[in-house]
Amino acid sequence: MSKKPGSSTSLKTIYIIYFIAFLLFLFVPLIINGILAFNSDEVPSFPWRGATFGWFYSSSEDQVGVLNDARMIRAIGASFRVAGMVTLLSLLAGTTSSFLFVRENFWGKQALYFAIIAPLVIPGVILGISILVFFNGIIGGLKATFGPDLARPIVRALRPGSLLVILGQFSFIGTIATLVISARLRKFPIELEEAAMDLGSSRWGAIFSVTVPYLFPALLSAGILAFLLSFENFATTLFLIGPKPTLPIFLYSRLRFFITPEINAISVILMAGTALLGLLSMTMRGRAEVG
Amino acid sequence: MGGIQNNSKKSFKPFPWFRVVCLIPLLVWIFVLLVGPHVQLFVISFIKNRHPEEGFYLGNYIRFFSEPLYWRIFVRTAIYAIVTTFFTLSICYPAAFFLAKMAKGRWKLGLILLVVLPFWISELVRTYSWMIMLRETGVINWIMVSLGVFSKPIEMLYNDYAIFVGLSYASMLYMLLPIYGVLDGLDDTLIEAAQDLGASRWTILWEVVWPHSLPGVTAGCIIVFMLTLGNYLTPTLMGGKNSLYFTETIYNQFIVSWNWNQGSAFGFLLLLLSGLFVWLGLKFTGQKLTEVVR
Repeated sequence: MSKKPGSSTSLKTIYIIYFIAFLLFLFVPLIINGILAFNSDEVPSFPWRGATFGWFYSSSEDQVGVLNDARMIRAIGASFRVAGMVTLLSLLAGTTSSFLFVRENFWGKQALYFAIIAPLVIPGVILGISILVFFNGIIGGLKATFGPDLARPIVRALRPGSLLVILGQFSFIGTIATLVISARLRKFPIELEEAAMDLGSSRWGAIFSVTVPYLFPALLSAGILAFLLSFENFATTLFLIGPKPTLPIFLYSRLRFFITPEINAISVILMAGTALLGLLSMTMRGRAEVG
Repeated sequence: MGGIQNNSKKSFKPFPWFRVVCLIPLLVWIFVLLVGPHVQLFVISFIKNRHPEEGFYLGNYIRFFSEPLYWRIFVRTAIYAIVTTFFTLSICYPAAFFLAKMAKGRWKLGLILLVVLPFWISELVRTYSWMIMLRETGVINWIMVSLGVFSKPIEMLYNDYAIFVGLSYASMLYMLLPIYGVLDGLDDTLIEAAQDLGASRWTILWEVVWPHSLPGVTAGCIIVFMLTLGNYLTPTLMGGKNSLYFTETIYNQFIVSWNWNQGSAFGFLLLLLSGLFVWLGLKFTGQKLTEVVR
């Protein structure tokens, strides 16, 4: 019995100490970041100068809080819109692609699979610039074919801005959604769908009444993951952003020049939100893997 | 699929529509968002800025090799990424071993949740947290001065060490999880058998545990290397004025100098380096990309 790996007690103590140090390294900066959101000093550091919630909502000139910072609120709104669209696209394309990869066999399937896996090993910056130059090329082509006046409305949409940000983020977040959804679909007992069809439903009917409910935990998990990845994306977005910055881009420009505990306050909000969604997603994924 | 065809009551060829509807988004995704853009990136890197009429042009690449500034930044970025990869590997391997082989039952699940949690949080928030720790007016300086260790605050941000801390912190989980995955799959009885045969602790680690964990180590190293190489946030926020990172040069070419052709050439070189490491990593351990990502 004494031969379990790592059974020696002194070794075990060293290991436990190491792991605690590891956890401290992970958490101390985040916890201090959170604590300083409630310090009334305008430099995010110690000493403690009294507790305040001002960095969350104050509107006075020397203490602007998150809720009264119009540009911050606009950036949060932009991030929500982009993340919502990316989530929707990722779930749609992730589900349809999963059906193809899990259920169908066709010439070139391996190549297509490789193509959608590739974004996981392409740096985000490269995804950003390649989409930027490609859509700029399309703009050039449209202008040359239809003349600048006719092409204008389309050209406007294809310039750096929300649409390109959504497409750029989707190009790799869709991959992650596909991996999560196809893992669940692979476990689906296909007889259920066949049974539904024997009972008279069409193939589409069977998919919507039997398969999609079965996929639900995976869809929820993939959706949360897509939303969070989009909401925090920086590298790809940086090159595709137009005049309306998303929250990470806005915070980045703030961080370079002007740091107040307002940034700690938005950090607290983001940490609470992501921790909640993250835990929900993980429990859903856990259920998807068991069921 | 076979099941549907064998079902003789309805001898139809399964709806071709289904396949078409599923195929369209996939093809648009692949060709409009992945293949097309990368081909275009490659093509315009061989065109002279503002002079597309001159046709095939190697100048963007020649400039990279002839101006020491650029390839020095390139090499330094690669070295940063390699050092960060080894650094995270050496920190995360013991932690992954602890989680996989020493933590038990409910503790194990709780600790894994705890370790994963910080990585759900935005990279920007994580980087910022380290900035307020290390800054001249930051938390560590305040502690050190209060304790009398430092007589006055020292700027600990904006140097190479700060970048290494930031880069490692940013990507640790991607090293930890794949290693944890393979170690968790290693059967304890193998280790016990080696012990029964008289192997020392180090022999077991070196001959049993390490070889078994190689696939996870490779996957972790590939992801961390790639993420670090392409990181923009950490080096620009935590690095000094004279420690330019290669992604910053790409950004400068695109947004500041407005020379997209030069920027595309740089981008393509970065992609090549990243791809080369991924390929080498897979080659050495005889794995396929599609297996590494599960």
